This record gives sequence, structure tokens and C-alpha cells, in this order.
Amino acid sequence: MWFRKDKIPRAPRDPKTTSSLGEGLFLKCEGCREALYLKEVERNFRVCPKCGFHFRLPAAERLRLLLGDAGGQPLFGDVRPTDPLKFKDSKRYRDRLKESEAKTGRPDAILTAKGTIEDVPAIVAILDYAFMGGSMGSVVGEVLTRAAEQALAERVPLVIVTASGGARMQEGILSLMQMGKVSAALARLGAARVPYVAVLTDPTTGGVTASFAMLGDVTLAEPKALIGFAGPRVIEQTIRQTLPEGFQRSEFLQEHGFVDIVVQRAEMRATVARVLRLLQTA
Amino acid sequence: MANEAQFEEPIQRVRRRLEELKSFADSPARDREVEKLEDKLQKVSREIYENLTPWQKTLVARHPNRPFTLDYVRILIRDFVEWHGDRSFADDPAIVAGFGFLGARAVAVIGHQKGRDTREKIRRNFGMPRPEGYRKALRVMKLAEKFGKPVLSFIDTPGAFPGLESEERGVAEAIARNLLEMSALRVPIVATVIGEGGSGGALGIGIGDVVLMLEHSVYSVISPEGCAAILWKDQARAKEAAEAMRLTAADCKALGVIDEVLPEPPGGAHADPVATIDTVGRAIDGRLERLVLLPVEALLEARYAKFRAMGAWESA
Ligand SMILES: [Zn+2]
Repeated sequence: MWFRKDKIPRAPRDPKTTSSLGEGLFLKCEGCREALYLKEVERNFRVCPKCGFHFRLPAAERLRLLLGDAGGQPLFGDVRPTDPLKFKDSKRYRDRLKESEAKTGRPDAILTAKGTIEDVPAIVAILDYAFMGGSMGSVVGEVLTRAAEQALAERVPLVIVTASGGARMQEGILSLMQMGKVSAALARLGAARVPYVAVLTDPTTGGVTASFAMLGDVTLAEPKALIGFAGPRVIEQTIRQTLPEGFQRSEFLQEHGFVDIVVQRAEMRATVARVLRLLQTA
Repeated sequence: MANEAQFEEPIQRVRRRLEELKSFADSPARDREVEKLEDKLQKVSREIYENLTPWQKTLVARHPNRPFTLDYVRILIRDFVEWHGDRSFADDPAIVAGFGFLGARAVAVIGHQKGRDTREKIRRNFGMPRPEGYRKALRVMKLAEKFGKPVLSFIDTPGAFPGLESEERGVAEAIARNLLEMSALRVPIVATVIGEGGSGGALGIGIGDVVLMLEHSVYSVISPEGCAAILWKDQARAKEAAEAMRLTAADCKALGVIDEVLPEPPGGAHADPVATIDTVGRAIDGRLERLVLLPVEALLEARYAKFRAMGAWESA
């Protein structure tokens, strides 16, 4: 063979990570409706072995997928949210934060580390959908900005993996401003010719899409991920008709010119490493 | 809309009586009465407008008679020439862009544009831009950079258009690109929120060295209706959402998101558009005067630091 088939890293067999796929031994695939052996799906980085359906991958597993079992050196874990608006809807924002921290073990919806993707050093930041829908408030904005600034200072490529419903309403206008803040940091990174890879996963919408998700030097997306600005329901209300099949999915974005490559999860690590080598080698 | 702006009713009542009185024949008695009513109009307007709730401010910010971008252009900008089209797909009438003179200074102007009557509202898509609007704005900003002209941006939109074609043509990419480019544009940018600062659709032309905001305009991450629909599962609770979101000019100033709140006349911008536009014009001119003196690198450093500091977090 004239191309090298990169070895796919094996997913860890960590019983703690099984809960998001259900508690039983089997689960039903949302793609092919087959009953699947849970352990087998987990070993396969949560891709259906029968039809290739991509279940959502928890942030910690995503980090291991990209950086290997060691997971790299964690960064900026000390940045914590406050409640600048003293926001309360049906629940207090402070309580939502506490619950999400208890659930994910993280102070906010982002996980950042420095490590190597295959042999390529990189800073990787991953939005955690399990933490308030991966929404971007001040902490996500600050951590991504720090990640971009460190990538610039060390001239190490930046990889951001998105999974987010958009800006976090509970921090109001401050959340909106994070779009500008992160984009400005990416502008500087770009001006210094340090590569930035955007990896879009299901779902990526709102203010996250309308900022760093769409600013990659290369934009990769997992198969069939929902990627858009407005949510499908809002659009349906606007146009008063049902949306066509496949609308706002990765393949649709690629067809319309907004995604470079739709990448299978098993190929993600190798693909990111490959494009970084291409951009960085003289 | 009419019954939503109920809080304006006492003002309208005085105004109607004033009109009526003015139609009477001239007499010293009538003049005295007119003067009294005019005082009363001021007083009632001031009282009501000094105590607007966030939701009432949202309604004022959306008031159909509030001055729009082109009203500012007509009064403030001499020899305005409008540029059209994004050179990729179409011209978007929901964003206007062009060049003209503010006083003696040539400037680029970009801004959301709403329509006054039904036909115009539809043509302007209620001030909700499609991707090509943002791309047109960017094209004009890059021209401004090329020819060394400062950029004035006027913000007044419910948000970017949430339609099928917006997604197909990448409205998210268009907004993102503007954020990135505006953060590094090598000429001064003064942005002013004149009405509705609706989410990413507003910020998409809203990065500036200075961000000004009219007293009764609003700026928010999502509309109060949208926020209520998601968090309260009930769009009718928009009033509560507006309270919780801290979307007023005073809130935005306190949160460090804008630089200055510009006062509106009693009764709001729509009660005296000319005075409002004059206030805005003077504020922009004063800011520009200082910004144009800065070396480009210092300007860009300050712009970066300004947005870099936004947000609320704790860290070790
Ligand atoms: Zn399947």
C-alpha cells in the first residue's frame, strides 16, 4: 500500500464513562436501530460497529482519542465561573453550575491540555456538552483565549473541538462578547502563522459556530454532526415548513463550502496530525 | 405593538391635547395654555422615561419611529455614497454600507437598516441580515482600511436572519469572519448601538475601539422572547427574561461591555430624532478625534485588551 494506515488508538475500558450510553448491557443504535453490545460500542470510541453511527463522545474520551491514553498535560483547570448577573430562571445559575460540576468533575464546559497528536505537539481544547450543553460563558471564552495565547507564545498548533448549543444565556451579554474575545485571539494566532484546526462535532450551533468554529485553517467535522447558526426549530418557525433531510449536517456544510473534510472518528487523530504536518513542514 | 407600548399612553394623551389646542385661534390665553401643556409633556415624558423597565426599554429600542441608520447618515454624513453587494452572491438591504464625510473627515459607514413602512420593512427584512450583508460590511471595512478611513458602525437588528438560505450561505462563517477581521482592522472603529443589539447578528458589525450605546437601546445575547422560550419554556415571560438578562445600556456599561451611554431626549429618541442624532454625532466625532491620533499598533493593542478583559471568572 502506498499510504500508511495509522493505528487507531483503543478506547479505555473505564466503567465510569458508561453512564451516558445507558446502564444496561445493550443499547439501541440511533442509526441502524440494532441492539448493540454496550462494551463493544465503548471500545469503538462510541461508533456503532454495524452502521458507523457516531454517538456523542464525552470530553475526557475525546481528549484520549486525540492525545492518547496519557491525555497530555492539563491546562487552565483553575479558571472558574462566577455569577455576574445573579441569574435565575426556573433554577439559580449558581445551582446549575454546582450540578454540572458534580456531574462532570469540571468547573465549566471546557477541557484543555497540551500533548502530542501522534508525534505532533499541540494544545487541544474540547467543549464539554455534558456541562450545560457545552455553552460558552466567560470561562469557556477565557480558557480558549488563554489556549490561543499560549499556542502563539510557544508556536504550537491549536486544536479546538466543538460541541455546544452556543452562548450561555445565564451570563447574558458577557457570553456574547466571548465570541469577539476568542476570535481576536485567533486573529493573532493566524497572523503569527500558527495553525488552528477546528473539529466540529454534534451539535455545534449559535455563537460557537458564529465565532471560532468557523475560523479554522482547516475545518474538520464528524459525520452527520448538526452544525448551524440558528437551531432547526427556530428556522422551521421562520420559514413555516419542515427542513429537508440532512439540512445543517456535516455533509451539507461540506457541500455548501463550509467544512473541508468530513472525518470518521476513528480517523480523526491521524487526520489532524496529517494536516498539521502538512501546514508546519517547510 | 400599539398595546405593548401602553406606558407611553399618558404622553400621547398630553400630546393629543396639545395638538388640539394648537388648532384653536391665536390668543394670549391659548398661548399660556400651550406653554403649560408643553411643560407638562416634558415632565410626563421625563418621569416615564426615567423609570422604564428593561422590557419597556426593549419596546422603545424597537419603536417603529426610532431613528434608523439611514436617518443618522442623512443628518450626520455629507456626500454619502452607498456601496452595494458582497461580490459573491447579492446585495443585502438589511445592512447599508458606504463612505461619506463626518464633518471634514472621510469615513466609512456600516449599519443595520430597518424599514419604516410595510414595503420597506420587507425589503430590509426587518433589519435581519443574511450572510451577504455581513460580507458587504466586511468589504467596505477592508476598503476603509486600504484607504485609511475610520469606520462608523450603527447597530440595530433583532438578529441575523434565521432562514434556510442564511444557513446554506454560511451566516455563521460570515459573522465569525467579521469578528476576526474587525479585531485586527488597522483603522479606528466606533460602534454605536442605536436600537436593538440582537445577539451575534449585532456583534457581527460590533467590534470597535469604542462602543457607544443610546440610553434606551438594548444589547443582548438572545432576545427576551427567545430566552423566555428556552429557559422558562414560555415566550410570554419575556418581561421576566428582560429583567434577568441585564440588557439595558446602563447594565452593559456596568458589565464593561460598552464605553459610554448616550442620553436620549425625554420621551426617547423617537420623540426628538434630530436632537438624538446630534448627540450621537458629537459623541462619535469626539471619540474619533482622539482615536485617529493613536499609532496603529497602539490602537490595535488597546482594542485587543478591551475585548480580552470582558467576562467574569475567577482563577488561582
Ligand atoms: Zn448502528
